[in-house]
Amino acid sequence: MEIDPFIFRLSIFILSIFIGYYVVWSVTPSLHTPLMSVTNAISSVIIVGAIIAGLAGGGTDSIFTVSNILGFLAISLAAVNIFGGFLVTQRMLQMYKKKKKDK
Amino acid sequence: MSANLSAIFYLISGVLFILALRGLSSPETSRQGNFFGILGMIIAITVTFLTVGNFSSGLIYVLIFLAVGGLIGAFIAYKIPMTAMPELVAGFHSLVGLSAVFVAISAFLNPEAFNLGSVGAIKLASLIEMSIGAAVGAITFSGSIIAFLKLQGIMSGSPITFKGQHSLNALLLISIIVLTYLLCSSQISNYFWILLSISFLIGFLLIIPIGGADMPVVISMLNSYSGWAAAGIGFTLENSALIITGALVGSSGAILSYIMCKGMNRSFFNVILGGFGATEQSASTGNKEQRPVKSGNAEDAAFLMKNASSVIIVPGYGMAVAQAQHALREMVDTLKKNDIKVTYAIHPVAGRMPGHMNVLLAEANVPYDEVFELEEINNDFANADVAFVIGANDVTNPVAKTDPQSPIYGMPVLDVEKCKSVLFIKRSLSPGYAGIDNDLFYKENTLMLFADAKKMTEEIIKALNQ
Repeated sequence: MEIDPFIFRLSIFILSIFIGYYVVWSVTPSLHTPLMSVTNAISSVIIVGAIIAGLAGGGTDSIFTVSNILGFLAISLAAVNIFGGFLVTQRMLQMYKKKKKDK
Repeated sequence: MSANLSAIFYLISGVLFILALRGLSSPETSRQGNFFGILGMIIAITVTFLTVGNFSSGLIYVLIFLAVGGLIGAFIAYKIPMTAMPELVAGFHSLVGLSAVFVAISAFLNPEAFNLGSVGAIKLASLIEMSIGAAVGAITFSGSIIAFLKLQGIMSGSPITFKGQHSLNALLLISIIVLTYLLCSSQISNYFWILLSISFLIGFLLIIPIGGADMPVVISMLNSYSGWAAAGIGFTLENSALIITGALVGSSGAILSYIMCKGMNRSFFNVILGGFGATEQSASTGNKEQRPVKSGNAEDAAFLMKNASSVIIVPGYGMAVAQAQHALREMVDTLKKNDIKVTYAIHPVAGRMPGHMNVLLAEANVPYDEVFELEEINNDFANADVAFVIGANDVTNPVAKTDPQSPIYGMPVLDVEKCKSVLFIKRSLSPGYAGIDNDLFYKENTLMLFADAKKMTEEIIKALNQ
């Protein structure tokens, strides 16, 4: 009997939770705020779905179906998060660097 | 690009995201970690474009919306003051939630584009995953909006509670499961819309009963939810980058909320259910008799600190509100010039989000090796000459160790009272968030400095330089 691909995805999911568990516990408490902003940025990889939705059915019919438009909007929202999240994290981490030099 | 090849690339970007979090284990490696994160994101986006391979008229709109969002994001990232970080993160969570909802709706309306079957005949597993992703996304969205409004002060920070709140929430959660079942068995789209509306409502109801000082838990919890929403969508899209990321973010948020709960001696379960309002302020009414308080001015404080050999600073949310971190750092510089040893003690729930105080101190150029967590520094209070409490309150209350009747009994607190003397900057004697009197105010070795944190600190600097 063949194994459903869903099971493989579930395996990735479960194992990733464990990876997340150990990786996040090793994050130093003073970096918990950058941790939140960077997790914010990476969870916006949901933009992948938004791009698929935005480009769906292009070429043949109108690209302004409700489904496409929602895709476009989701792209914008996720992009705010990606750029905002990574840049603000960068800005914060930069502050942790300056002091190192001061010493 | 073939499906297999793109799957490999998605896996790579997933691994890069793991490395991004791994980098945060120390400030030295953290910037490299952030770079890995950016790289992972670029790979994921590029691969998606190549896989869809549909460079028709739609592409230009995709790029326009991407650029518009990107510009707004970059603008916010550069403009936002560090004190507003909790609001920013709450706002960003809401965007993740909303885009998860949009993607789920889009997939529901146009399943062919996602290889999920056709309208009215969507694959069962996909439909379940889609419903979960959409529901969690909607909860994240409306919950984060409320959290944002509360943090911004647009909405009152005090808990809004009503009778039967918990049973209503439970009922709504059950209805979500029922609706998912109905949707899957009938494929009737109306169930999907009702499911979404109820989820928005749940997010709203879940956060309104939560008070301002519990925000660290709320933000971490919403962080976790946004991860699970992404994972749900990841299953729908059969995309490993999304699944890995969702799991990482989900567990990250969960761990942070656990740490925050432990910092307040609350149970995790209690928090997940949103049952915050449960610990009503009971002890506040009892002993209201007037007790003598010693209060002083900046000169007194400067005198005390000048004659000390070690000072421990205890910052709290009040410091963020008063924007006193830069003045504080200046004061510490002056103290250091006089060969006084200064360290900072940070309680896990100080501020409005995990690590909030650390970022503010970092912004004010405080070296991170002078900043210590509760467990690291708590024993040092007994040997220190002066504790300088600026904007913190409940986290220093010795009642948490002595009075089993107190609502904060059992909460880990900083042993500030063990210091030879305590300087406590506060605007008035009013109790802190927990609604209980702080015994520390009435200790013999405590000197209260009634003023705005920033003003008082500046005055102390003046007095020190005289």
